Amino acid sequence: MNTTKKPSRIKWHILVFLAPAVLVYTAVMIYPLFNTLRLSLYSEVAQTREFVGLANFKTLFGDENWSKQFWNALGNNFWFFIIHMLVQNPIGILLAAILSHPKLRFAGFYRSAIFIPTILSFVIVGFAWKLILSPIWGIAPGMLDAVGLKSLYAPWLGREAYALTTLSLVSVWQFVGIPMMLIYAALLSIPEEILEAGECDGITGAAAFWKIKLPLILPSIGIISILTFVANFNAFDLIYAAQGALAGPDFATDILGTFMYRTFFGFQLQLGDPHMGSAIASAMFAIILIGVCIYLFAIQSRMRRYQF
Amino acid sequence: MNKARHNKTNVIAAHAALIAYTLIALFPVFVIVINSFKTRRAIFREPLALPNADTFSMVGYETVLKQGDFFLYFQNSMIVTVVSLFFILLFGAMAAFALAEYRFKGNTLMGLYLALGIMIPIRIGTVAILDMMVATGLVNTLWALILVYTAQGLPLAVFILSEFMKQVSDDLKNAGRIDGLSEYRIFFNLVLPLVRPAMATVAVFNMIPIWNDLWFPLILAPAEEVKTLTLGSQVFIGQFVTDWNAVLSALSLAILPVMALYVVFSRQLIRGITSGAVK
Repeated sequence: MNTTKKPSRIKWHILVFLAPAVLVYTAVMIYPLFNTLRLSLYSEVAQTREFVGLANFKTLFGDENWSKQFWNALGNNFWFFIIHMLVQNPIGILLAAILSHPKLRFAGFYRSAIFIPTILSFVIVGFAWKLILSPIWGIAPGMLDAVGLKSLYAPWLGREAYALTTLSLVSVWQFVGIPMMLIYAALLSIPEEILEAGECDGITGAAAFWKIKLPLILPSIGIISILTFVANFNAFDLIYAAQGALAGPDFATDILGTFMYRTFFGFQLQLGDPHMGSAIASAMFAIILIGVCIYLFAIQSRMRRYQF
Repeated sequence: MNKARHNKTNVIAAHAALIAYTLIALFPVFVIVINSFKTRRAIFREPLALPNADTFSMVGYETVLKQGDFFLYFQNSMIVTVVSLFFILLFGAMAAFALAEYRFKGNTLMGLYLALGIMIPIRIGTVAILDMMVATGLVNTLWALILVYTAQGLPLAVFILSEFMKQVSDDLKNAGRIDGLSEYRIFFNLVLPLVRPAMATVAVFNMIPIWNDLWFPLILAPAEEVKTLTLGSQVFIGQFVTDWNAVLSALSLAILPVMALYVVFSRQLIRGITSGAVK
């Protein structure tokens, strides 16, 4: 606008406005990010930092001990993500679809109540569920007993076969509010005329949802999917709070976040190794980047045509 | 007639589904809080009963308050959250104003650069962040956490706030310029008051993740005197894992402040999410 009037003075205040944010962001976020990628190419040899090229990655993928842990963590992480996509997002969409019904009473109350788990910290959620599922306390077996299903009970968090799925479902329980809210917002923003036009053609109720609303909220579903992906591949807190850094039983709940924490910070007798930790962080960075790119190029560009 | 009945069943089904899910969402919180007020024996004998005159006991809370320094943890969490939010809002609004208001070389590029951090989690850089905090002597200070959370919150704050600042009328700003206000005065006195709702949204979005974070307190500030409430309760529960009264009370105490914040800010939060501020 008035940039042309007094070029010399104007530049200064733009700089003043931008400087604090850019400085903090660059120094504490972008620089450490690239520094971490750089550190993954170094190793500590005889108390000094030495450039070793891709040797850390060779160890990570080639060395039996490391690669087994890495693929285990990555596989678990994918399972964690798949459960979220298959359980959290459909439930969120369903709840939002019910809530967005225009004549529903108490919608505000339901919305606020269902969102409560999302605001609690992982520590609270992890321990609360650990206690509830615990065989010592007996709330879970007691409740199953009340409906005659006691035979179904097992100490889920302690069994290798169930622990990861159980924790994924706990995380789903915690975060269902987010897809619910975002889809709810998307459903409310669908213009009334479109739905009325559908009604004139005899499309109402469930058909209206599947044929009109769902295609229109696909972009929001895309955003939720990528948010879920980034959050899941960077998850740590819930597993740590419920199962500790060793992600027991026998690493059955180990995901990339806990694996990186153990490697970089050390645990029990193993010393921390920042360079191997950086290598794992770089792998996580690559995975997240691939996910974001798939979203941006493959999914989002195709969804454009649905937007109004 | 037929249609009306059909509608009624639908409404009942909708309420049944929502009530069922609401119960699932609230049940664990409810169980934890009621049991924290019971004697040890009652916790195990009747976990689902409300505390009554016989079973009421505050022994868990007494242990928590005696053993753990929860007031200090609470204070630390409060300082970290409030100061981080202040910097996120101030720096974020300033940068957003620069990007939305002025056309200068590299404007779009700067916007993209700042937006990078929306998708890439700051945790990836933890190793180098710890290195840097050790080198600058900020490890085990609240400043380490404040800096990290400020950096983490800025990208989304700049993005949301610049969208809102683009909507502030040019006439108003130009009127200010004609009256001889400096660009700084225009920003602080004219624009900032107009984007207050957006600022509140950004604050609420950032508040919960900062308050609840476990990763950075664990790595950057694990010392006793700078523990946040989240880390403090995690460590306390780990130590007292067999003392059920204490664990349940510590959990309830950790739930309390977040619930209080939620009750105060839930309308703002829900309005923020549903107004499509994040698109």
